[in-house]
Amino acid sequence: MGDFGRKIERFLEVFIEKNGYVRVLNGLQNTLLIAVTGLLIGIVIGTLIATVRVVPKYKRLPRVLNGFCSFYVGLFRGTPMVVQLLVFYYVMLPILDINMTGVQVSMMVFGLNSGAYISEIMRSGIQSVDPGQLEAGRAVGLSFHTSMMKIVIPQAVKNILPTLGNEFISLIKETSVVSFVGAADLYVAFSYIGSNSYEFMVPYLVMALIYIVLVMLISLMIRLMERSLKKSDRRN
Amino acid sequence: MIDVIDLKKSFGDVEVLKGINVTIHKGDIVVVIGPSGSGKSTFLRCLNCMEDPTSGSVIFNGVDIADMSVDINIHRRHMGMVFQHFNLFNNKTVIENIMLAPVYTRCQELSKARRKNAWLGVKNRFASADKKEEPVPITTTKAKIKEEAREDALRLLKRIGLEDKADAYPSTLSGGQKQRVAIVRSLAMNPDVILFDEPTSALDPEMVGEVLDLMKALADDGMTMVIVTHEMGFAREVATRVLFMDEGVIKESAPPEEFFAHPKNPRLQEFLSKVL
Ligand SMILES: Nc1ncnc2c1ncn2[C@@H]1O[C@H](COP(=O)(O)OP(=O)(O)OP(=O)(O)O)[C@@H](O)[C@H]1O
Ligand SMILES: [Mg+2]
Repeated sequence: MGDFGRKIERFLEVFIEKNGYVRVLNGLQNTLLIAVTGLLIGIVIGTLIATVRVVPKYKRLPRVLNGFCSFYVGLFRGTPMVVQLLVFYYVMLPILDINMTGVQVSMMVFGLNSGAYISEIMRSGIQSVDPGQLEAGRAVGLSFHTSMMKIVIPQAVKNILPTLGNEFISLIKETSVVSFVGAADLYVAFSYIGSNSYEFMVPYLVMALIYIVLVMLISLMIRLMERSLKKSDRRN
Repeated sequence: MIDVIDLKKSFGDVEVLKGINVTIHKGDIVVVIGPSGSGKSTFLRCLNCMEDPTSGSVIFNGVDIADMSVDINIHRRHMGMVFQHFNLFNNKTVIENIMLAPVYTRCQELSKARRKNAWLGVKNRFASADKKEEPVPITTTKAKIKEEAREDALRLLKRIGLEDKADAYPSTLSGGQKQRVAIVRSLAMNPDVILFDEPTSALDPEMVGEVLDLMKALADDGMTMVIVTHEMGFAREVATRVLFMDEGVIKESAPPEEFFAHPKNPRLQEFLSKVL
Protein backbone atom coordinates (compact mmCIF):
# COMPACT_ATOMS: atom_id res chain seq x y z
CA MET A 1 0.00 0.00 0.00
CA GLY A 2 3.02 2.23 0.38
CA ASP A 3 2.88 3.38 -3.17
CA PHE A 4 -0.84 4.26 -3.08
CA GLY A 5 0.04 7.95 -2.89
CA ARG A 6 2.18 7.52 -5.96
CA LYS A 7 -0.68 5.85 -7.76
CA ILE A 8 -2.98 8.73 -6.99
CA GLU A 9 -0.37 11.14 -8.27
CA ARG A 10 -0.09 9.27 -11.56
CA PHE A 11 -3.89 9.18 -11.87
CA LEU A 12 -4.23 12.91 -11.20
CA GLU A 13 -1.49 13.65 -13.67
CA VAL A 14 -3.37 11.99 -16.52
CA PHE A 15 -6.75 13.05 -15.19
CA ILE A 16 -5.91 16.75 -15.07
CA GLU A 17 -2.82 17.49 -17.14
CA LYS A 18 -3.50 15.14 -20.02
CA ASN A 19 -7.17 16.17 -20.09
CA GLY A 20 -8.42 12.82 -18.75
CA TYR A 21 -11.27 14.67 -17.05
CA VAL A 22 -12.62 15.78 -20.41
CA ARG A 23 -12.94 12.15 -21.41
CA VAL A 24 -14.51 11.30 -18.09
CA LEU A 25 -17.07 14.08 -18.45
CA ASN A 26 -17.74 13.01 -21.99
CA GLY A 27 -18.09 9.41 -20.85
CA LEU A 28 -20.45 10.44 -18.08
CA GLN A 29 -22.50 12.39 -20.57
CA ASN A 30 -22.75 9.40 -22.91
CA THR A 31 -23.61 7.06 -20.06
CA LEU A 32 -26.42 9.33 -18.89
CA LEU A 33 -27.58 10.08 -22.42
CA ILE A 34 -27.87 6.39 -23.26
CA ALA A 35 -29.60 5.50 -20.02
CA VAL A 36 -32.05 8.43 -20.06
CA THR A 37 -32.92 8.15 -23.74
CA GLY A 38 -33.19 4.40 -23.34
CA LEU A 39 -35.56 4.85 -20.42
CA LEU A 40 -37.74 7.37 -22.28
CA ILE A 41 -37.98 5.25 -25.42
CA GLY A 42 -38.56 2.26 -23.16
CA ILE A 43 -41.45 3.96 -21.36
CA VAL A 44 -43.15 4.80 -24.65
CA ILE A 45 -42.67 1.32 -26.11
CA GLY A 46 -43.45 -0.36 -22.80
CA THR A 47 -46.69 1.58 -22.34
CA LEU A 48 -47.80 0.77 -25.87
CA ILE A 49 -47.07 -2.93 -25.46
CA ALA A 50 -48.66 -3.07 -22.02
CA THR A 51 -51.80 -1.39 -23.37
CA VAL A 52 -51.98 -3.82 -26.28
CA ARG A 53 -51.68 -6.67 -23.81
CA VAL A 54 -54.56 -5.54 -21.61
CA VAL A 55 -56.97 -4.65 -24.46
CA PRO A 56 -59.90 -7.08 -24.66
CA LYS A 57 -59.13 -9.57 -27.41
CA TYR A 58 -62.41 -10.25 -29.16
CA LYS A 59 -61.27 -8.77 -32.43
CA ARG A 60 -58.57 -9.86 -34.76
CA LEU A 61 -56.32 -6.80 -34.74
CA PRO A 62 -55.67 -6.85 -30.98
CA ARG A 63 -54.88 -10.55 -31.19
CA VAL A 64 -52.35 -10.07 -33.98
CA LEU A 65 -50.76 -7.10 -32.19
CA ASN A 66 -50.67 -9.08 -28.98
CA GLY A 67 -48.86 -11.93 -30.70
CA PHE A 68 -46.30 -9.53 -32.11
CA CYS A 69 -45.79 -7.93 -28.70
CA SER A 70 -45.20 -11.28 -26.97
CA PHE A 71 -42.65 -12.12 -29.62
CA TYR A 72 -40.92 -8.77 -29.15
CA VAL A 73 -40.81 -9.07 -25.37
CA GLY A 74 -39.56 -12.65 -25.55
CA LEU A 75 -36.84 -11.68 -28.00
CA PHE A 76 -35.46 -8.78 -25.99
CA ARG A 77 -35.76 -10.42 -22.61
CA GLY A 78 -34.30 -13.67 -23.87
CA THR A 79 -30.97 -12.33 -25.15
CA PRO A 80 -28.20 -10.43 -23.36
CA MET A 81 -27.89 -6.70 -23.96
CA VAL A 82 -24.36 -7.11 -25.33
CA VAL A 83 -25.61 -9.52 -27.96
CA GLN A 84 -28.38 -7.11 -28.95
CA LEU A 85 -25.86 -4.28 -29.27
CA LEU A 86 -23.51 -6.37 -31.38
CA VAL A 87 -26.28 -7.65 -33.64
CA PHE A 88 -27.63 -4.16 -34.27
CA TYR A 89 -24.25 -2.61 -34.83
CA TYR A 90 -22.53 -5.30 -36.83
CA VAL A 91 -25.47 -7.07 -38.49
CA MET A 92 -28.48 -4.78 -38.86
CA LEU A 93 -26.70 -1.56 -39.75
CA PRO A 94 -24.62 -3.00 -42.61
CA ILE A 95 -27.62 -4.94 -43.96
CA LEU A 96 -29.88 -1.89 -43.86
CA ASP A 97 -26.98 0.28 -45.00
CA ILE A 98 -27.50 2.87 -42.26
CA ASN A 99 -24.84 4.99 -40.61
CA MET A 100 -25.16 5.39 -36.89
CA THR A 101 -22.64 6.11 -34.17
CA GLY A 102 -22.09 3.71 -31.32
CA VAL A 103 -23.89 6.07 -28.96
CA GLN A 104 -26.92 6.29 -31.24
CA VAL A 105 -27.09 2.53 -31.62
CA SER A 106 -26.77 2.15 -27.86
CA MET A 107 -29.60 4.61 -27.19
CA MET A 108 -31.82 2.73 -29.61
CA VAL A 109 -30.97 -0.74 -28.35
CA PHE A 110 -31.33 0.36 -24.73
CA GLY A 111 -34.73 1.82 -25.59
CA LEU A 112 -35.89 -1.34 -27.37
CA ASN A 113 -34.54 -3.53 -24.61
CA SER A 114 -35.97 -1.56 -21.70
CA GLY A 115 -39.26 -1.31 -23.63
CA ALA A 116 -39.58 -5.07 -23.25
CA TYR A 117 -38.90 -4.97 -19.52
CA ILE A 118 -40.98 -1.85 -18.89
CA SER A 119 -43.93 -3.39 -20.73
CA GLU A 120 -44.05 -6.12 -18.10
CA ILE A 121 -43.66 -3.61 -15.28
CA MET A 122 -46.33 -1.41 -16.81
CA ARG A 123 -48.66 -4.33 -17.34
CA SER A 124 -48.51 -5.27 -13.69
CA GLY A 125 -49.00 -1.59 -12.87
CA ILE A 126 -52.09 -1.39 -15.05
CA GLN A 127 -53.43 -4.60 -13.55
CA SER A 128 -52.89 -3.19 -10.07
CA VAL A 129 -55.34 -0.37 -10.84
CA ASP A 130 -58.91 -1.20 -9.79
CA PRO A 131 -60.86 -2.21 -12.94
CA GLY A 132 -63.63 0.05 -11.65
CA GLN A 133 -61.50 3.03 -12.69
CA LEU A 134 -61.57 2.03 -16.35
CA GLU A 135 -65.26 1.18 -16.08
CA ALA A 136 -66.09 4.56 -14.63
CA GLY A 137 -64.20 6.21 -17.49
CA ARG A 138 -66.05 4.16 -20.08
CA ALA A 139 -69.35 4.78 -18.31
CA VAL A 140 -69.06 8.56 -18.73
CA GLY A 141 -68.47 8.02 -22.45
CA LEU A 142 -64.69 8.22 -22.71
CA SER A 143 -63.11 5.83 -25.20
CA PHE A 144 -60.90 2.96 -24.04
CA HIS A 145 -57.87 4.89 -25.22
CA THR A 146 -58.82 8.11 -23.41
CA SER A 147 -59.74 6.30 -20.21
CA MET A 148 -56.38 4.55 -20.24
CA MET A 149 -54.40 7.72 -20.92
CA LYS A 150 -56.22 9.99 -18.47
CA ILE A 151 -57.16 7.66 -15.65
CA VAL A 152 -55.56 4.23 -15.60
CA ILE A 153 -51.99 4.87 -16.79
CA PRO A 154 -51.32 7.83 -14.45
CA GLN A 155 -52.32 5.62 -11.52
CA ALA A 156 -50.33 2.68 -12.88
CA VAL A 157 -47.24 4.85 -13.24
CA LYS A 158 -47.57 5.99 -9.67
CA ASN A 159 -47.78 2.39 -8.49
CA ILE A 160 -44.75 1.27 -10.45
CA LEU A 161 -42.53 4.29 -9.92
CA PRO A 162 -40.12 2.47 -7.58
CA THR A 163 -39.81 -0.42 -10.01
CA LEU A 164 -39.34 2.00 -12.90
CA GLY A 165 -36.59 3.67 -10.88
CA ASN A 166 -34.88 0.30 -10.46
CA GLU A 167 -35.10 -0.22 -14.20
CA PHE A 168 -33.38 3.14 -14.72
CA ILE A 169 -30.66 2.16 -12.25
CA SER A 170 -30.03 -1.11 -14.02
CA LEU A 171 -29.92 0.75 -17.35
CA ILE A 172 -27.24 3.03 -15.93
CA LYS A 173 -25.25 0.02 -14.82
CA GLU A 174 -25.71 -1.81 -18.10
CA THR A 175 -24.28 1.11 -20.06
CA SER A 176 -20.89 -0.24 -19.04
CA VAL A 177 -21.04 -2.59 -22.04
CA VAL A 178 -21.60 -0.01 -24.76
CA SER A 179 -17.87 0.15 -25.51
CA PHE A 180 -18.51 -3.10 -27.42
CA VAL A 181 -19.97 -0.97 -30.19
CA GLY A 182 -17.47 1.85 -29.82
CA ALA A 183 -19.46 4.21 -27.64
CA ALA A 184 -17.20 6.17 -25.29
CA ASP A 185 -18.74 5.74 -21.86
CA LEU A 186 -17.25 5.97 -18.38
CA TYR A 187 -15.46 2.64 -18.77
CA VAL A 188 -13.71 3.82 -21.93
CA ALA A 189 -12.65 7.07 -20.27
CA PHE A 190 -11.16 5.40 -17.23
CA SER A 191 -9.49 2.68 -19.26
CA TYR A 192 -7.82 5.45 -21.23
CA ILE A 193 -6.54 7.00 -18.03
CA GLY A 194 -5.42 3.58 -16.82
CA SER A 195 -3.44 2.74 -19.89
CA ASN A 196 -1.85 6.16 -20.07
CA SER A 197 -0.74 6.12 -16.44
CA TYR A 198 0.15 2.39 -16.49
CA GLU A 199 -1.97 2.13 -13.39
CA PHE A 200 -5.56 0.80 -13.18
CA MET A 201 -6.33 0.65 -9.48
CA VAL A 202 -7.26 4.28 -8.87
CA PRO A 203 -9.11 4.89 -12.18
CA TYR A 204 -11.41 1.91 -11.70
CA LEU A 205 -11.91 2.81 -8.05
CA VAL A 206 -13.00 6.31 -9.05
CA MET A 207 -15.22 4.82 -11.77
CA ALA A 208 -16.93 2.61 -9.19
CA LEU A 209 -17.44 5.63 -6.95
CA ILE A 210 -19.05 7.59 -9.79
CA TYR A 211 -21.49 4.74 -10.47
CA ILE A 212 -22.36 4.51 -6.79
CA VAL A 213 -22.97 8.24 -6.49
CA LEU A 214 -25.09 8.20 -9.67
CA VAL A 215 -27.24 5.40 -8.38
CA MET A 216 -27.64 7.06 -4.99
CA LEU A 217 -28.69 10.33 -6.60
CA ILE A 218 -31.26 8.57 -8.74
CA SER A 219 -32.67 6.69 -5.75
CA LEU A 220 -33.04 10.00 -3.96
CA MET A 221 -34.82 11.55 -6.93
CA ILE A 222 -37.24 8.65 -7.12
CA ARG A 223 -38.05 8.99 -3.44
CA LEU A 224 -38.76 12.69 -3.84
CA MET A 225 -40.93 12.06 -6.86
CA GLU A 226 -42.87 9.35 -5.05
CA ARG A 227 -43.53 11.69 -2.20
CA SER A 228 -44.91 14.40 -4.45
CA LEU A 229 -47.12 11.87 -6.26
CA LYS A 230 -48.44 10.57 -2.95
CA LYS A 231 -50.51 13.67 -2.43
CA SER A 232 -53.62 12.02 -3.85
CA ASP A 233 -53.32 9.38 -1.12
CA ARG A 234 -53.05 11.71 1.80
CA ARG A 235 -55.97 12.72 3.96
CA ASN A 236 -56.24 16.44 4.44
CA MET B 1 -86.74 6.06 -23.89
CA ILE B 2 -85.14 2.64 -23.41
CA ASP B 3 -86.67 -0.39 -25.02
CA VAL B 4 -85.09 -3.68 -24.06
CA ILE B 5 -86.12 -6.43 -26.44
CA ASP B 6 -85.40 -10.10 -25.77
CA LEU B 7 -82.05 -9.30 -24.17
CA LYS B 8 -79.84 -12.32 -23.56
CA LYS B 9 -76.38 -12.47 -22.07
CA SER B 10 -74.12 -15.46 -21.54
CA PHE B 11 -70.72 -15.66 -19.91
CA GLY B 12 -69.11 -18.62 -21.63
CA ASP B 13 -71.64 -21.43 -21.33
CA VAL B 14 -73.60 -19.84 -18.52
CA GLU B 15 -76.69 -17.95 -19.64
CA VAL B 16 -77.18 -15.19 -17.08
CA LEU B 17 -79.94 -13.22 -18.80
CA LYS B 18 -82.52 -15.37 -20.55
CA GLY B 19 -84.62 -12.94 -22.52
CA ILE B 20 -85.53 -9.66 -20.86
CA ASN B 21 -88.21 -7.32 -22.18
CA VAL B 22 -88.64 -3.96 -20.49
CA THR B 23 -89.64 -0.50 -21.57
CA ILE B 24 -88.41 2.45 -19.58
CA HIS B 25 -90.19 5.75 -20.20
CA LYS B 26 -88.95 9.23 -19.54
CA GLY B 27 -89.38 10.07 -15.86
CA ASP B 28 -89.69 6.42 -14.79
CA ILE B 29 -87.97 5.31 -11.63
CA VAL B 30 -87.51 1.61 -12.06
CA VAL B 31 -86.20 -0.34 -9.08
CA VAL B 32 -84.83 -3.83 -9.71
CA ILE B 33 -84.72 -6.30 -6.85
CA GLY B 34 -83.93 -9.98 -6.72
CA PRO B 35 -81.73 -12.60 -5.08
CA SER B 36 -77.97 -12.50 -5.38
CA GLY B 37 -76.64 -13.86 -8.67
CA SER B 38 -79.97 -13.44 -10.44
CA GLY B 39 -78.41 -11.15 -13.03
CA LYS B 40 -79.42 -7.68 -11.79
CA SER B 41 -75.98 -6.13 -12.28
CA THR B 42 -75.56 -7.85 -15.60
CA PHE B 43 -78.92 -6.46 -16.77
CA LEU B 44 -77.97 -2.94 -15.69
CA ARG B 45 -74.56 -3.20 -17.35
CA CYS B 46 -76.17 -4.36 -20.58
CA LEU B 47 -78.30 -1.21 -20.64
CA ASN B 48 -75.24 0.93 -21.40
CA CYS B 49 -73.37 -1.94 -23.00
CA MET B 50 -70.65 -2.15 -20.36
CA GLU B 51 -71.37 -5.80 -21.07
CA ASP B 52 -72.18 -6.47 -24.70
CA PRO B 53 -75.47 -8.37 -24.92
CA THR B 54 -75.17 -11.80 -26.51
CA SER B 55 -78.41 -11.21 -28.39
CA GLY B 56 -81.42 -8.91 -28.36
CA SER B 57 -81.66 -5.15 -28.62
CA VAL B 58 -81.37 -2.16 -26.37
CA ILE B 59 -83.11 0.71 -28.15
CA PHE B 60 -82.02 3.98 -26.56
CA ASN B 61 -83.52 7.17 -28.02
CA GLY B 62 -84.32 5.27 -31.18
CA VAL B 63 -80.91 3.67 -31.71
CA ASP B 64 -80.09 0.02 -31.06
CA ILE B 65 -76.97 0.47 -28.97
CA ALA B 66 -76.48 -3.29 -28.65
CA ASP B 67 -75.47 -3.18 -32.30
CA MET B 68 -71.67 -3.38 -32.22
CA SER B 69 -71.33 -0.94 -35.12
CA VAL B 70 -72.72 2.10 -33.26
CA ASP B 71 -70.28 4.40 -31.47
CA ILE B 72 -71.24 3.43 -27.94
CA ASN B 73 -69.24 6.27 -26.36
CA ILE B 74 -71.59 8.88 -27.80
CA HIS B 75 -74.65 7.16 -26.35
CA ARG B 76 -73.06 6.49 -22.97
CA ARG B 77 -72.68 10.25 -22.54
CA HIS B 78 -76.46 10.36 -22.22
CA MET B 79 -76.58 7.54 -19.65
CA GLY B 80 -75.02 8.10 -16.26
CA MET B 81 -73.87 5.16 -14.18
CA VAL B 82 -73.30 4.99 -10.45
CA PHE B 83 -71.39 2.05 -9.01
CA GLN B 84 -71.49 0.17 -5.75
CA HIS B 85 -67.86 1.08 -5.05
CA PHE B 86 -68.15 4.70 -6.27
CA ASN B 87 -65.22 4.41 -8.70
CA LEU B 88 -64.20 8.03 -8.44
CA PHE B 89 -61.03 8.71 -10.42
CA ASN B 90 -58.35 8.41 -7.73
CA ASN B 91 -55.80 10.52 -9.59
CA LYS B 92 -58.16 13.47 -9.93
CA THR B 93 -59.54 15.92 -7.40
CA VAL B 94 -63.26 16.02 -6.70
CA ILE B 95 -63.90 18.86 -9.11
CA GLU B 96 -61.69 17.30 -11.80
CA ASN B 97 -63.71 14.11 -11.43
CA ILE B 98 -66.85 16.05 -12.27
CA MET B 99 -65.31 18.16 -15.04
CA LEU B 100 -63.27 15.52 -16.84
CA ALA B 101 -65.86 14.01 -19.16
CA PRO B 102 -67.79 17.20 -20.01
CA VAL B 103 -64.61 19.14 -20.75
CA TYR B 104 -63.05 16.32 -22.71
CA THR B 105 -66.06 15.57 -24.87
CA ARG B 106 -66.85 19.23 -25.57
CA CYS B 107 -63.23 20.00 -26.46
CA GLN B 108 -63.28 16.98 -28.74
CA GLU B 109 -66.40 18.26 -30.49
CA LEU B 110 -64.81 21.69 -30.80
CA SER B 111 -61.68 20.28 -32.44
CA LYS B 112 -63.86 18.26 -34.77
CA ALA B 113 -65.83 21.35 -35.81
CA ARG B 114 -62.59 23.26 -36.36
CA ARG B 115 -61.16 20.48 -38.52
CA LYS B 116 -64.38 20.35 -40.50
CA ASN B 117 -64.31 24.11 -41.13
CA ALA B 118 -60.68 24.03 -42.19
CA TRP B 119 -61.52 21.32 -44.68
CA LEU B 120 -64.57 23.23 -45.90
CA GLY B 121 -62.36 26.26 -46.47
CA VAL B 122 -60.23 24.22 -48.85
CA LYS B 123 -63.23 22.60 -50.50
CA ASN B 124 -65.10 25.89 -51.03
CA ARG B 125 -62.15 27.37 -52.84
CA PHE B 126 -62.61 24.80 -55.58
CA ALA B 127 -66.42 24.64 -55.53
CA SER B 128 -68.59 26.73 -57.81
CA ALA B 129 -70.34 29.63 -56.11
CA ASP B 130 -73.70 27.88 -55.74
CA LYS B 131 -72.13 24.81 -54.14
CA LYS B 132 -70.19 26.50 -51.38
CA GLU B 133 -71.01 25.10 -47.94
CA GLU B 134 -71.48 27.13 -44.81
CA PRO B 135 -68.93 26.46 -42.06
CA VAL B 136 -70.18 25.16 -38.69
CA PRO B 137 -70.61 28.13 -36.39
CA ILE B 138 -68.04 28.02 -33.59
CA THR B 139 -69.09 30.02 -30.58
CA THR B 140 -66.77 28.73 -27.89
CA THR B 141 -63.14 28.17 -26.97
CA LYS B 142 -61.36 25.60 -24.84
CA ALA B 143 -60.94 28.10 -22.04
CA LYS B 144 -64.64 28.92 -22.13
CA ILE B 145 -65.58 25.23 -22.08
CA LYS B 146 -63.43 24.70 -19.00
CA GLU B 147 -64.80 27.76 -17.27
CA GLU B 148 -68.39 26.69 -17.90
CA ALA B 149 -67.68 23.15 -16.75
CA ARG B 150 -66.08 24.48 -13.58
CA GLU B 151 -69.08 26.67 -12.81
CA ASP B 152 -71.35 23.74 -13.48
CA ALA B 153 -69.28 21.46 -11.24
CA LEU B 154 -69.26 24.01 -8.42
CA ARG B 155 -73.01 24.39 -8.70
CA LEU B 156 -73.39 20.60 -8.44
CA LEU B 157 -71.00 20.45 -5.48
CA LYS B 158 -72.92 23.20 -3.75
CA ARG B 159 -76.08 21.20 -4.24
CA ILE B 160 -74.58 18.33 -2.23
CA GLY B 161 -72.91 20.68 0.23
CA LEU B 162 -69.36 19.68 -0.71
CA GLU B 163 -68.06 22.81 -2.42
CA ASP B 164 -65.29 23.04 0.17
CA LYS B 165 -64.06 19.60 -0.99
CA ALA B 166 -63.65 20.70 -4.61
CA ASP B 167 -59.86 20.41 -4.54
CA ALA B 168 -59.63 17.40 -2.24
CA TYR B 169 -58.74 13.95 -3.54
CA PRO B 170 -61.34 11.17 -3.34
CA SER B 171 -59.26 9.22 -0.80
CA THR B 172 -59.98 11.97 1.73
CA LEU B 173 -63.77 11.65 1.50
CA SER B 174 -66.15 9.44 3.46
CA GLY B 175 -68.07 6.74 1.61
CA GLY B 176 -71.27 8.77 1.57
CA GLN B 177 -69.46 11.82 0.25
CA LYS B 178 -67.77 9.73 -2.44
CA GLN B 179 -71.06 8.31 -3.62
CA ARG B 180 -72.70 11.74 -3.72
CA VAL B 181 -69.80 13.06 -5.77
CA ALA B 182 -70.12 10.04 -8.07
CA ILE B 183 -73.80 10.85 -8.56
CA VAL B 184 -73.17 14.48 -9.46
CA ARG B 185 -70.29 13.39 -11.70
CA SER B 186 -72.83 11.48 -13.77
CA LEU B 187 -75.21 14.47 -13.60
CA ALA B 188 -72.56 16.76 -15.08
CA MET B 189 -73.10 15.16 -18.48
CA ASN B 190 -76.83 16.04 -18.35
CA PRO B 191 -77.80 12.42 -18.92
CA ASP B 192 -81.26 11.29 -20.00
CA VAL B 193 -81.13 8.41 -17.55
CA ILE B 194 -78.93 7.31 -14.64
CA LEU B 195 -78.25 3.65 -13.83
CA PHE B 196 -77.50 2.79 -10.19
CA ASP B 197 -76.00 -0.55 -9.18
CA GLU B 198 -76.47 -1.01 -5.44
CA PRO B 199 -75.40 2.57 -4.70
CA THR B 200 -75.70 2.17 -0.92
CA SER B 201 -74.49 -1.41 -0.38
CA ALA B 202 -70.88 -0.45 0.31
CA LEU B 203 -71.76 2.32 2.74
CA ASP B 204 -71.74 2.42 6.50
CA PRO B 205 -75.36 2.48 7.71
CA GLU B 206 -75.21 6.08 8.89
CA MET B 207 -74.29 7.25 5.38
CA VAL B 208 -77.02 5.44 3.49
CA GLY B 209 -79.53 8.18 4.23
CA GLU B 210 -77.61 11.04 2.65
CA VAL B 211 -77.19 9.11 -0.61
CA LEU B 212 -80.83 8.02 -0.73
CA ASP B 213 -81.92 11.60 -0.04
CA LEU B 214 -79.92 12.83 -3.02
CA MET B 215 -81.47 10.13 -5.19
CA LYS B 216 -84.93 11.14 -4.01
CA ALA B 217 -84.15 14.75 -4.89
CA LEU B 218 -83.18 13.64 -8.40
CA ALA B 219 -86.41 11.67 -8.64
CA ASP B 220 -88.36 14.79 -7.69
CA ASP B 221 -86.56 16.69 -10.45
CA GLY B 222 -87.98 14.16 -12.89
CA MET B 223 -84.73 12.29 -13.64
CA THR B 224 -85.22 8.89 -15.22
CA MET B 225 -83.51 6.25 -13.11
CA VAL B 226 -82.94 2.51 -13.07
CA ILE B 227 -81.86 1.37 -9.63
CA VAL B 228 -80.69 -2.01 -8.41
CA THR B 229 -81.00 -1.97 -4.65
CA HIS B 230 -81.86 -3.89 -1.51
CA GLU B 231 -83.44 -0.82 0.08
CA MET B 232 -87.09 -1.91 0.08
CA GLY B 233 -88.25 1.21 1.88
CA PHE B 234 -86.74 3.36 -0.83
CA ALA B 235 -88.31 1.22 -3.54
CA ARG B 236 -91.73 1.52 -1.96
CA GLU B 237 -91.46 5.26 -1.53
CA VAL B 238 -89.77 6.43 -4.72
CA ALA B 239 -90.19 3.82 -7.45
CA THR B 240 -92.77 4.18 -10.19
CA ARG B 241 -92.28 0.50 -10.98
CA VAL B 242 -90.51 -2.40 -9.29
CA LEU B 243 -89.08 -5.36 -11.18
CA PHE B 244 -88.35 -8.72 -9.60
CA MET B 245 -85.50 -10.44 -11.32
CA ASP B 246 -84.83 -14.11 -10.74
CA GLU B 247 -82.93 -16.76 -12.68
CA GLY B 248 -82.19 -14.35 -15.49
CA VAL B 249 -85.75 -13.28 -16.22
CA ILE B 250 -88.11 -10.65 -14.90
CA LYS B 251 -90.72 -12.55 -12.96
CA GLU B 252 -92.81 -9.63 -11.83
CA SER B 253 -93.20 -6.00 -12.77
CA ALA B 254 -95.66 -3.76 -10.98
CA PRO B 255 -96.10 -0.39 -9.28
CA PRO B 256 -94.71 -0.55 -5.73
CA GLU B 257 -98.06 -0.60 -3.90
CA GLU B 258 -99.21 -3.67 -5.79
CA PHE B 259 -95.74 -5.22 -5.95
CA PHE B 260 -95.30 -5.30 -2.18
CA ALA B 261 -98.92 -5.76 -1.11
CA HIS B 262 -100.03 -8.38 -3.61
CA PRO B 263 -97.03 -10.19 -5.08
CA LYS B 264 -98.24 -12.83 -7.55
CA ASN B 265 -95.12 -14.82 -8.32
CA PRO B 266 -94.41 -17.50 -5.68
CA ARG B 267 -90.65 -16.86 -5.83
CA LEU B 268 -91.28 -13.18 -5.18
CA GLN B 269 -93.58 -14.01 -2.25
CA GLU B 270 -90.83 -16.17 -0.80
CA PHE B 271 -88.17 -13.49 -1.45
CA LEU B 272 -90.25 -10.74 0.14
CA SER B 273 -91.00 -12.87 3.19
CA LYS B 274 -87.25 -13.17 3.70
CA VAL B 275 -86.24 -9.55 3.22
CA LEU B 276 -89.17 -7.66 4.74
N1 LIG C 1 -67.77 -11.03 -16.05
C1 LIG C 1 -68.36 -12.20 -15.70
N2 LIG C 1 -67.85 -13.37 -16.11
C2 LIG C 1 -68.43 -14.53 -15.78
N3 LIG C 1 -69.52 -14.64 -15.02
C3 LIG C 1 -70.10 -13.52 -14.58
C4 LIG C 1 -69.55 -12.23 -14.90
N4 LIG C 1 -70.32 -11.29 -14.32
C5 LIG C 1 -71.30 -11.95 -13.69
N5 LIG C 1 -71.19 -13.29 -13.83
C6 LIG C 1 -72.10 -14.30 -13.29
O1 LIG C 1 -73.41 -13.96 -13.67
C7 LIG C 1 -74.34 -14.24 -12.63
C8 LIG C 1 -75.16 -13.01 -12.36
O2 LIG C 1 -74.32 -12.00 -11.86
P1 LIG C 1 -74.84 -10.56 -11.45
O3 LIG C 1 -73.67 -9.83 -10.93
O4 LIG C 1 -75.56 -9.97 -12.59
O5 LIG C 1 -75.85 -10.88 -10.28
P2 LIG C 1 -76.56 -9.88 -9.29
O6 LIG C 1 -78.00 -10.18 -9.39
O7 LIG C 1 -76.11 -8.50 -9.55
O8 LIG C 1 -76.06 -10.37 -7.89
P3 LIG C 1 -75.64 -9.52 -6.60
O9 LIG C 1 -76.91 -9.20 -5.87
O10 LIG C 1 -74.78 -10.47 -5.84
O11 LIG C 1 -74.90 -8.32 -7.06
C9 LIG C 1 -73.52 -14.69 -11.45
O12 LIG C 1 -73.63 -16.09 -11.35
C10 LIG C 1 -72.11 -14.30 -11.78
O13 LIG C 1 -71.21 -15.24 -11.28
MG1 LIG D 1 -74.82 -7.06 -8.51
